[in-house]
Formats: sequence, C-alpha cells, structure tokens
Amino acid sequence: MSTFDATSDAARRPFKGRRTHFGDLILQVTAGLAAAGAIFLVGMIIYKVVEGARLSLSTFGLGFLTHTSEINGDIGGKAFLIGTAVTSIGALALATPLALGVALFLSELAPGWIRGPVTALVETLAAIPSVVIGLWGIIVLIPNLRLHVMPALHSTLGFIPLFGPVTGTGASIFAAIIVLTIMILPIIASISRELFLGVPAELKEGALALGTTRWEMVRGVVFPFARGGVAAAMILGLARALGEAIAVSMVIGAFNGFSWNLFSAGDTLAGRLANDYSSPGTAPTATSSLFYLAVILLVFSIVVNLIAQVIVRRAERRQGLVR
Amino acid sequence: MSTIGTAPASLLRPADRLGRRRIVNRAAEGVAWLTAAVAVGLLGLVIYSVARRGWSQLNLDLLTKAQNPYAGPGVAQGLANAFVGSLVIVAIATAMALPFAMLIAVYLSEFAPRRVKTSVGLVLDVLAGIPAIVIGIFVFGLIVVNHGQSGLAASFALAILMLPIVFRTTMEVLALVPQSLREASLGLGVPRWRTTLSIVLPQSIGGVLTGTVLAVARVAGETAPLLFTSSIVGAGISANPQHALEAVPLAIFELSESPYPTDQARAWAAAFVLLMFILLTSLVARWFAARSKRKLGRGR
Amino acid sequence: MMGIVTESSSIEPAVRVETKRQPLPPRERLETVFEISDLDALYGSKAALKGVSMEIYKNLVTAIIGPSGCGKSTYVRCLNRMNDLVPGFRMTGTIRYHGYDISTRDVDPVAVRRTIGMVFQRPNPFPKSIFDNVAWGLKVLGMKDGLHERVEKALTQAALWDEVKDRLKTSAWGLSGGQQQRLCIARAIAVEPDVVLMDEPASALDPIATQKIEELMHSLKGEYTFVIVTHNMQQAARVADMTAFFSISRGEEGQRWGELIEYDATEKIFTAPSDQRTEDYVTGRFG
Repeated sequence: MSTFDATSDAARRPFKGRRTHFGDLILQVTAGLAAAGAIFLVGMIIYKVVEGARLSLSTFGLGFLTHTSEINGDIGGKAFLIGTAVTSIGALALATPLALGVALFLSELAPGWIRGPVTALVETLAAIPSVVIGLWGIIVLIPNLRLHVMPALHSTLGFIPLFGPVTGTGASIFAAIIVLTIMILPIIASISRELFLGVPAELKEGALALGTTRWEMVRGVVFPFARGGVAAAMILGLARALGEAIAVSMVIGAFNGFSWNLFSAGDTLAGRLANDYSSPGTAPTATSSLFYLAVILLVFSIVVNLIAQVIVRRAERRQGLVR
Repeated sequence: MSTIGTAPASLLRPADRLGRRRIVNRAAEGVAWLTAAVAVGLLGLVIYSVARRGWSQLNLDLLTKAQNPYAGPGVAQGLANAFVGSLVIVAIATAMALPFAMLIAVYLSEFAPRRVKTSVGLVLDVLAGIPAIVIGIFVFGLIVVNHGQSGLAASFALAILMLPIVFRTTMEVLALVPQSLREASLGLGVPRWRTTLSIVLPQSIGGVLTGTVLAVARVAGETAPLLFTSSIVGAGISANPQHALEAVPLAIFELSESPYPTDQARAWAAAFVLLMFILLTSLVARWFAARSKRKLGRGR
Repeated sequence: MMGIVTESSSIEPAVRVETKRQPLPPRERLETVFEISDLDALYGSKAALKGVSMEIYKNLVTAIIGPSGCGKSTYVRCLNRMNDLVPGFRMTGTIRYHGYDISTRDVDPVAVRRTIGMVFQRPNPFPKSIFDNVAWGLKVLGMKDGLHERVEKALTQAALWDEVKDRLKTSAWGLSGGQQQRLCIARAIAVEPDVVLMDEPASALDPIATQKIEELMHSLKGEYTFVIVTHNMQQAARVADMTAFFSISRGEEGQRWGELIEYDATEKIFTAPSDQRTEDYVTGRFG
C-alpha cells in the first residue's frame, strides 16, 4: 500500500504509518458486532417472551403455577408443570440404564464387527426428527400400547396407581415417556460410550491384574472415572426431554389436567404450546398465558443448561488435575 | 470353566467366592447385551416402520402435486408445496445463519480477549439450549404479531437454531488452524484481516461446510418453530417467502392427526423422504469432516 | 554385602555392583513355581516369542533382561494371562504353575491373576484415595476382615506407610511417581499373591525411588516370588538371584522374534556366560 520512496519522509522513518489497517478495523468491528448481536439476540428472546407473558403474569402472578385450569376461563400451569416433570424424569429414568448398558456394551463387550454398525445406528436415531417419531408414536406405538402393553401392565401391576385403567385411545403420559426415552437414549449413550472408551487402559489393566472380574473392574474403575461426564450426559438428555414439544404433543392426548395414572392423557409445558398454536383459547389472557408457559420453559432450560456447564467444568477440572 | 483346581490348596482362597463373582460377572454381561438389544430393537423398529410404510407410498404425485385440503377424495394430491416451502425456508435460514455464525466465530477466535471469548461462548451455549418451541414463540412475538406469518419469519426462527451449531463447528475448525500459519502471514506484513480471510478461513472451509450441513440436517426436520410462524398456508405451490409457506415437517404434523388413511399414507411418505434426506446429509457431513481432517493432517 | 567375585571370571565384567544377594541354595532345594515349556507368543500372525523354556523358582528374584523389542514384557504378561486382553494374541506351549497348566483356554484368567499379581511400568493407581486403592481389591476379593490392618501391613511392606499414614483419605494421584509406584506394589501384595510380576517397575522413576523398590524386593522375597523385567543390567545384577537373557532373532524374510538365550544364576550370567550373545550384551558390546 505504501510505496517505499527512498527520498521521501517514509524512507527516513520507514515503519511509521497507520498501525492498524483499515481492513482490520472493518473486520474486527463487523465481527465484534456479530458477537454482540448474539448476546443481544439472547437478551431479546428473554425479553420478548417475558413481555408476551406480561398480561398473564400480572393477572395471575405465581398462582398460575399452582392452579390447574380455568382460572378466569383460562388455563393454569400446574398440570403442565407436573406433566413436564413426570415425563422428563420418567424418560430419564428409563433411558439412563438403557443408555449405560448400550455404552458399556459398545465399549467393553461387543466383538469388533458389531461395534461399528451399532454405534452408527444409535447415532442415526439421534438424527430422527421429532415429528417422525411422533408419527410413529401415533400410528404404531399407541395402538400397541392400548391393545397389548397397557392392559397387561394394568392387570399385573394395577394395584399401583401409576398403572391405572386404560382410557380412550391410548394417547397418554406413558406413551410420551416412551417417546421421550427413544429421543434421549442416543444422546446419553453416545456421550457415555466415548467416556468409557476414554478410560485409560492402564487403569483397567491395574484392576484386572488384581484378579477382579470384568464387571468388578467396570464398577470399580470405569464408572467412577466417567462419573462426571455421565452426569453431564444425563443433564443434556433431561434438557432435551424438557423442551420436546412436537413428539410429546402428538402422543400425550392434550388433556388439561393431571392424574397419577400414567395411562391417562396429560400434557406438558412444551406439548401444550404445540397443541395450542392455532387456537390459544378465548380468554383475553389466552395468548399471554401461552407466553407464560414459554417463560417457565425458558427458565427451566437455562437453569438446566447452566447446571450442565458447571458439572462439565468440574469434571474437566478433576480430570485435568491428574496426569 | 475350571479354577486352578488341582494347584496346591494354599493357593485357593475360599474367601474369594470366585464362583459367585463369576456368576455376577456373567449376569452383568447379560444385562449389557440385553439393554443393547432393546435399544437397537427400538431404534430399528422406528426406522423400519418409517421405511416400510413410507416407501410404498412414494410416487411422482407426491413431488408434483400440491396439497389441497378442500379437494375430494378422488383428486390426486401431493406434497409439492411442502417440499418447495421447506427448500425455500431452509435455504434462506442458511443464508441468514452462516455468515453470522462465521463472523462470531472469527471474532472470538482471532480478536477477542479470553474473557469475552468465554462469556460469548457461554451465551451461545445458552442459546443452543433454548427449546425450539420457545424460539418459535419468540419469533411469533417479535414478527408475526405485527406482520403476520411468513416464510421469512420461519427462516429467521430456523436460523436462530442453526446459529450455535455452525458457530461451534467453525470455532473448532478455526482452533485447528496452527498458530504458526497465522504468524507466518503476519510476519510477512500481511494485515490481520487479509490473513484471516485469505489464509485462516480457507483452511477451515471444510469444517464450516460440515457444520452447515449438520445444521441443515437438524433444522430440516424441525416443526416447532414453524407452528407459530408459517402454519396458516394457502392452497397451491408457492415459493414466496413473504407469505406463510408449507413445509415438510409441518405437513407431517398436520396429516398425522387426520383420520383418513390417504392422509396418513402421505404423512408416512413425507416422513420417509425427510428421514432419507436427513440421513443422507448427515452422512455427507461426516464424509466432509473425515476428509477435511485428513487434509489438515496432510497439509502440515 | 558381597561384591561380585571376579577372580575366576573369564571375561571382563561390565557390571560391578554392590548387592545384598545371598548365594543360591543348591538346585535340589529350589521349589519350582513356573515351568514354561516351548512357549510361542504371537500377535496375529507375527511371532513375538519362540520356543521359550525355563523354570522359575520360589522365593527368588528372577530378572528378565535383554534389548528392547525382544519380547520381555510379552513373556511376563503371558504368565498372568494379561495378554488375553490384546485382540489377536495367541500362545502355544505350556506354562505350568505349581504343576497346573494355566495357559489353556479353559483356565479362568481371573483366577490366575488372583495369585499372580503384576506391577506395571508406569504407576497406575486408581482415581481413589490412598486407602481405597489398597482396600478396593481386598473388598472385591472378599478379604474384608481386618481391612485396616491389612492395608497398613501392605503399605508398611511397601515402605510407604510412614509417608502416607496421616493422609490415607487423600487422592492417590497427589503422590509423587515413586510413591505411586510403591502404592501399586502395596495394592498388589495386599491381596496376598503367590507371585509378583514386575514389568520395568522403576523405569519411570528417579534413582532414589528405584533404590527403594529394589530394597523392597529384597526384603519381601521371603514371602513372594518376584519376576522382574528390566532393561537396566545393573539393576538385574543388584537385585536378581536368577537372570534370563532374551534377545532378538531374525528370520530370512526379515521377521524378528524374541528368544531365550541363556538363563542361569545372576553371577554366572554376568561373569561367565555360556553364550556369546549373552557375553556381548552384558559387556555392553551391543544393545
């Protein structure tokens, strides 16, 4: 850009000149604005969602969370809160042992030729869109549940109120739990599998050299080593389950209420949002109540996300201290 | 399965309970096999269902005729409007998200001090954790309440979902570019911006593309954001993003609730096409990733 | 303290060390722990060892020496079936342990490793406390009675008790390398094995830590039988009663494998070896 003229001022002070190129400035400012834009975006999301809920927030306040329905002709949030909690925790409880079993299988037990295909299969499942799983849920899962699984469970375990009589089409909290389990299983499984594979071989050999069985070695060395990461994986799975709207709304029966009978219909925060998108209801607070649900969901997801970050950071620090 | 049975008695440790421990070990192995079978079974079941029911429903009409909810049962229907709509919405979303994500990644990787880097990274992680339906309702409140539904609004919502994915992969790839490369360029007197655009970014292009393809695979199947932004659609095939456009996942969602078998058949067909698209793009992304990893390794 | 007697030696010894070693009892009074016959070890189709035959005796320290790549580690890992963990590994021949063949498929490696313990080249304590590192094996293997006493005894025997007795509950990963290795030794002997195999236990440690471990072997060999792999000839000369020299043999098509060249009392190996290759190695002429 600057010509080097032997006779000019520049020749006598060859390195003087603009320190920062104009191009640098442009790039830095533009990119910096983009980064600021991201922060601004998140702020906007929080702001807009809360603003949308303002009417409902001011009208009902926190009472929204403790009433099921029909306060002033509008929905209350309690049923959905409980529904979200039950379906998410239920799915986590079902998916975690299955996922750990798969991860153990893939990292320790499976013969070489099985590992590749099964790993690919598990990761493929993670990519299936929720609407497709929902479709499968409606047409394949629910009739099977209604005709075979639920009656069988009811007749054998019916004394537990969870397994009450089957109502209606079979669209139920139970169906939602199954669907959510299918969706979060691959997440927990693939993260756990990588964690188990990452346990140093020398640690495992040290345990086996004492004369312990494979399972004892896994319990004594592999699990403790991977503990933090598995916790983080579970939280990620939980976050996914909390926010899942489509598949849940398709199979849960959209019932505004909650009963402990898993075989009855129910709803979750996200599911309700998906169900009511076209017809929020007639009350003047209807739309803002929907936003209220979104606020709760937003708070949940941010909190869970931050917890996951803390866990991951703590696990990394523990691992990092060593070796 | 024998122990060291005939070795001197002093070597046997009755306190060992070796027999019982072996049984426990066997049982644990069995449980692991069982869970793997259950998990694989479930997965295979879903994919199999979609494949079996969807494959048979594929026909040309699907791609050429539009959906017409007002037509009688005899009229041929398809999902052309949904495919076109999806294409337009996802393409615009990609155009929105890609440059934005790349700029943020460039800023954090090349210019930002450490504290800014971690905070902005944290913000983007939070963004990644916000459920799609909340994003949908956000865009609803931001745009739709005032301007009505549109394909653009839907694209915006999808772009927000794509942003963290493309950002993360771009960051990873930028970090892989060796510092010595940057220093060599700067040492020659090439200004920062030129170094970044002509040296660093081209090295990372493979990773950026991978991230983009992965993000596309992810949002092509997203229904929730579309519910609030592009769900009230007119008849006929339209590609005008200023109006609400039909999209494939939304079509599946709507058709799934219909009692008519023809509608359900179309839902399965659409699900099959969507699934194949996503699987293919994921495979392409993975192939890309493997290839660029190999090139980076060789380039050194 | 005996030095190596050199008056009747036929070669210039390359190794002059101070050793606490006592003269070997006559052969008839030695009890055989391992009888290895014609052992071949292969990874896939590549042979790592061929035709190894020797006997290892009770309550002695037996050293395995030789140049890198001659299969010393592979050999020792055959003795406790650790090579079973390597996919594609095969071995032929027999390994008789107190008369019982432990090299066959139907012998449970878990039982073998119970009485034949191992200490590895790099210290590998578990991500647990110092106490739990030693106690875990005891608990799993059903030796819970008098747990604290057992742990203390093992740590004392490993010459580590005094250094850690006040911080038993702290993480084992906070110890120095030498301490970690002694912890691994404590862990191995806590479960009362018959034999302790050591695969280059001091190669990652400084000289002082090394010396502590050598003293350990000397003081403990009354209770255990030690087999130690080492690339350090001086160490073998200091510590071992019997020494086995392995070396690399080559085939016509360029394959390489390890073979046992000579196995005898340490004194003999280092002062009057029978094989030229042994003499070349111990005098430092090669390898």
